[in-house]
Amino acid sequence: MIKNLTLSALTALGLSATAALAAGEGGHIHDVDFSFEGPFGKYDQMQLQRGLQIYTEVCSSCHGMKFVPIRTLADEGGPRLPEDQVRAYASQLFVADEAANMHLFDYEEGAARPLTENDHFPANESQNAPDLSLMAKARAGFHGPAGLGINQFLKGIGGPEYIVAILTGYTGEEKVEAGTTYYENTAFSTGWIAMAPPLYGEDVEFADGHSNELHHEAEDVAAFLMWAAEPKMMARKKAGFVAVTFLVILTSLLYLTNKKLWAPHKGKKTSL
Amino acid sequence: MSGIPHDHYEPKSTFTKGVEKRLPVIGLIYDTLMIPTPKNLNWMWIWGIVLAFCLALQIVTGIVLVMHYTPHVDLAFASVEHIMRDVNGGHMLRYLHANGASLFFFAVYLHIFRGLYYGSYKAPREITWIIGMIIYLLMMATGFMGYVLPWGQMSFWGATVITGLFGAIPFIGEPIQTWLLGGPAVDNATLNRFFSLHYLLPFVIAGLVIVHIWAFHNTGNNNPTGVEVRRTSKAEAEKDTLPFWPYFVIKDLFALGVVLIAFFAVVGFMPNYLGHPDNYIEANPLSTPAHIVPEWYFLPFYAILRAFTADVWAVQVVSFLTGGIVDAKFFGVLAMFGAIIAMALVPWLDTSSVRSGKYRPSFKWWFWLLAIDFVVLMWVGAMPTDGIYPYISLIGATYWFAYFFVILPLLGVLEKPAPLPASIEEDFASHYPGAAE
Repeated sequence: MIKNLTLSALTALGLSATAALAAGEGGHIHDVDFSFEGPFGKYDQMQLQRGLQIYTEVCSSCHGMKFVPIRTLADEGGPRLPEDQVRAYASQLFVADEAANMHLFDYEEGAARPLTENDHFPANESQNAPDLSLMAKARAGFHGPAGLGINQFLKGIGGPEYIVAILTGYTGEEKVEAGTTYYENTAFSTGWIAMAPPLYGEDVEFADGHSNELHHEAEDVAAFLMWAAEPKMMARKKAGFVAVTFLVILTSLLYLTNKKLWAPHKGKKTSL
Repeated sequence: MSGIPHDHYEPKSTFTKGVEKRLPVIGLIYDTLMIPTPKNLNWMWIWGIVLAFCLALQIVTGIVLVMHYTPHVDLAFASVEHIMRDVNGGHMLRYLHANGASLFFFAVYLHIFRGLYYGSYKAPREITWIIGMIIYLLMMATGFMGYVLPWGQMSFWGATVITGLFGAIPFIGEPIQTWLLGGPAVDNATLNRFFSLHYLLPFVIAGLVIVHIWAFHNTGNNNPTGVEVRRTSKAEAEKDTLPFWPYFVIKDLFALGVVLIAFFAVVGFMPNYLGHPDNYIEANPLSTPAHIVPEWYFLPFYAILRAFTADVWAVQVVSFLTGGIVDAKFFGVLAMFGAIIAMALVPWLDTSSVRSGKYRPSFKWWFWLLAIDFVVLMWVGAMPTDGIYPYISLIGATYWFAYFFVILPLLGVLEKPAPLPASIEEDFASHYPGAAE
C-alpha cells in the first residue's frame, strides 16, 4: 500500500512535471523577485500605479489593452486609484487608432468621443504591435530543464520576467531587413526584435519619487501588465487559501472518522 | 442486484411500502449504497470517487460558464476575458473548469493503471472495462473540444492539427475532415459544433458512468488479491466484505479530501501551470505558433502519433505493401488509435489465469515498465521532433504495443504465478494480525 502511494505520488510528480511545456526557445531571462509571487504574494499598489503611468506615457502610443476595463483601476487588489481619479484618467485617454476603436467613434464629431471609466482601454493596432491585456500570461520566461517543468514550478511561468528581460535586453545594435528596422535584443527568441527600445531610463517622473532607472521602470510596467492580465489574482489566492484551509480541517476530521470506523475491523485500539 | 448475497431493503412504513410497490427506488438506492465491498481494497481504489467528483464539478462549472460564454470566432476570446474580469467569481469558475479537466485525466490514468495492474479487466468484468474505455475516449473528445472553445492560438492550431488526422485517411479523409469542420478550415462552424458537442458529451459520459457502476455492482468489485468474494452464503460473504456505506464512503471521502487539497492549491496558487501561454493569444489563422503542443493528457498518444515517421522501416514496409495507400501520416493515426484500442482489448490479450499482478512475479516488471513508458511518452510528446526525441518516441511506442500484443499473451503461458490467498478474509487478516476474531 505504501509502495502504491509512493508510486502514485511519483507518477503524479512525473505527470505534472511533463505537463508544463516548453514554449519556444527564448533568450536569456533572469528571475525577478516580484511582490506578487508565491501563495502569499500581493501586488504592490504603488508599483502598479507607477506601471500604469509608464503604460500611459510610453507603451500606449503603439500598444492597446482592449480587454481591460478602465474602471478596474479602482478595484481592490489592483492599482486602487480613487474613483474620481479613474474618471479623470479615462476622460483624458487618447485614442491613437480610430480604425480599431470604431465603437468609440462619434460620427457627428468625426472623432473618438471622450472615454469614461466604463470603457475598456483603447485597442491600438496602428503600429501592428500586439495587445498588452494578456501579455504577462501569454509569454513564458522559464522553461525546462529538459521539458520537465521544474523551473516553471519553482519560479512561475515567468511572463513578467520575460517583459523585464525584453525591456532591458537591447544591445543597441540595429539592422534593416526588407525595409524594417530590427533591434538586437538578448531576450527575444530570434535575437532581433521589431520594437524600438521603448525605455532608456528616466523616461517618466514618478509622483512617489521612486527611482526611474531603466530596470525599475521595466519591473514596474511588468508588474502592471501582470495585474492587467490577472486582475483577480488577490481574490484567487484568497479563495485558494480559504479552500485549502477548509479542506485540511475537513480531511483531518474525515481521517479520524475513518480510523475510528475501521478500527474494530482492523483489530486496533483507538483512543477516540 | 449484486451476485454477492446480502440483506436487501425491507420497507417498514405504509408510505415506503407504497412507494416500493410502485417504483422500487428506495431499494435501488439502498442496495447501491450498501453493496458488499471487499474489505481489503487499498488506496488505489479511491480514484472512482475522484472521477465522479470531477464529472460533477465539470458539469456544474461548465453550465455556469456557458451562461457567460459566446461561441463565435470574433467574440469567444473576449467572452472568456469577460468571465475572467467581470463575472462574479468567474475567474475561479474558469480556473476550476480548466484545471478540473487536468484532475479528471490525472485520476482516470491512475484508475486505468490500477485496473491494468490488478487485472480488473478480466472475466467477468470485461464489460465494465469496455464501457470504461468508451468513457475515456469520450473524455478525450470532450477535453479536446473544450480546449478549442477559448479560441486562443493553441485552441485554433490544436483543432487544425487534430482534425487534420482525419484528413490522413486514404480516399475519404478530406471529405470527412470537411464534414467534421463544417467547412474547408477551422472556423466559426467548427467552433459552434465543438461547443454543442462539448455540452452534449458530458451527459453521455454521465449515462455511461451509471452503466459502468451498474456493471461492476453486478460482478462485485475486484480487489488487490484478485480473489473473488466467497458467495455461497451470506455469512461467508460477510467475512470478505463490508458494506459500501459507511466504510468505503468515509474512506473515499477522506481520500477525495487529500486530492482536493492539492487541486485547490493548484487552482488558487498556480492555475496556469498546466496550461500553455500561447492560449492567452487570440486565435490567428495567419500566424502558426512555433510549437503546437496538445494538453498534457494527450501527450502519450500524441508521441505515438509522431513516432512513426516515413524513415521507420515498419512504415516503409506497410507503405510498400499497400501501394502507398497507408503513408506515414496515416500509419501514425492508426498507431495512435491502435494504442487505445490495444488497451480496450486487454481482457482478451492477457492469457494469465491469475487476475492480480501482485501474484505474478514477471508481470510486475513489465507492468511497471509500461507505467514508466507512459510517463516517458508523455514527456517526449512535448519535445521537438529532431535529435534523439524521435527515437525515444519510437522505442516508447513499440513497447506500448509489445506489452499488449506480445508480452501479455506470452506471460500467461510462460509465467509461474505465486500462490494466491484462500480468501479475502485471509489476506485482510494477514495485514491486520490483531483483527482475528
